[in-house]
Amino acid sequence: MTNYKDILKTKCVGIAGCGGLGSNCAVALARVGIGKLIIADFDVIIESNLNRQYFFFDQIGQKKAYALRENINRINSAVTVEAHDLKLKPNDILNLFKDCDVIVEAFDIANQKQMIIETVLSEMTDKPIVSGIGLAGWGDSNSIKVRQNGKLFLCGDAIKEVSENMPPLAPRVCIVANMQANVVMEILIDNLK
Amino acid sequence: MKITLNNNNEELNENEISVQQLLNIKKFTFKMLVIKINGNLVKREDYNTAIIVDGDVVDVIHLISGG
Repeated sequence: MTNYKDILKTKCVGIAGCGGLGSNCAVALARVGIGKLIIADFDVIIESNLNRQYFFFDQIGQKKAYALRENINRINSAVTVEAHDLKLKPNDILNLFKDCDVIVEAFDIANQKQMIIETVLSEMTDKPIVSGIGLAGWGDSNSIKVRQNGKLFLCGDAIKEVSENMPPLAPRVCIVANMQANVVMEILIDNLK
Repeated sequence: MKITLNNNNEELNENEISVQQLLNIKKFTFKMLVIKINGNLVKREDYNTAIIVDGDVVDVIHLISGG
């Protein structure tokens, strides 16, 4: 039987967004020895991001994509990281992620989630996409689950939207981000269809 | 007609309806959706022209902000 590490080191995962979902999902995949990560985000780290995102106080002001590449390198230097400081549009998704085995949707805004899911489902029909949907607030861990719809895997509670009284916070965001990483492993190792 | 909507059986009076009509009937007013008919994506601009008929399997996925 092939070791899971031997499989993972040959695989490439695209991560769209390096915020709460993307940074934590990327770090989980780096720790288990994924071969290559292609990460993209246009944003800069601010202090309020540190309540959930895998960055450090001394990285405030840095570009998220490049700071995340640095953090991944510090955790597992064997991972090849391709970092793009870019606000992803449909054409970028088709170009950057065309050779990825799986795409992780890790945006924060719903219309961006819709954009990438529509792009992948219509233009990259064989590509699995793992999305994070519903992670705001705290508690209610048992409502967080994986729902599969064809090649689209939805991780989260599918209900709780971020608002003033329902912020995104480390515990639930990291549950969903690590659930996404867990689904990616299943797809890559167990050929989950 | 009978359709399957988000894994539930639904009986509708109409013999065929557009995706937009279904959203109106089911009061899906949420703006950010991904919709599939029999596994095939229906893009936003096609909600008025994409037709649902008897036996179709329809998935309406709500996209929620947060990440």
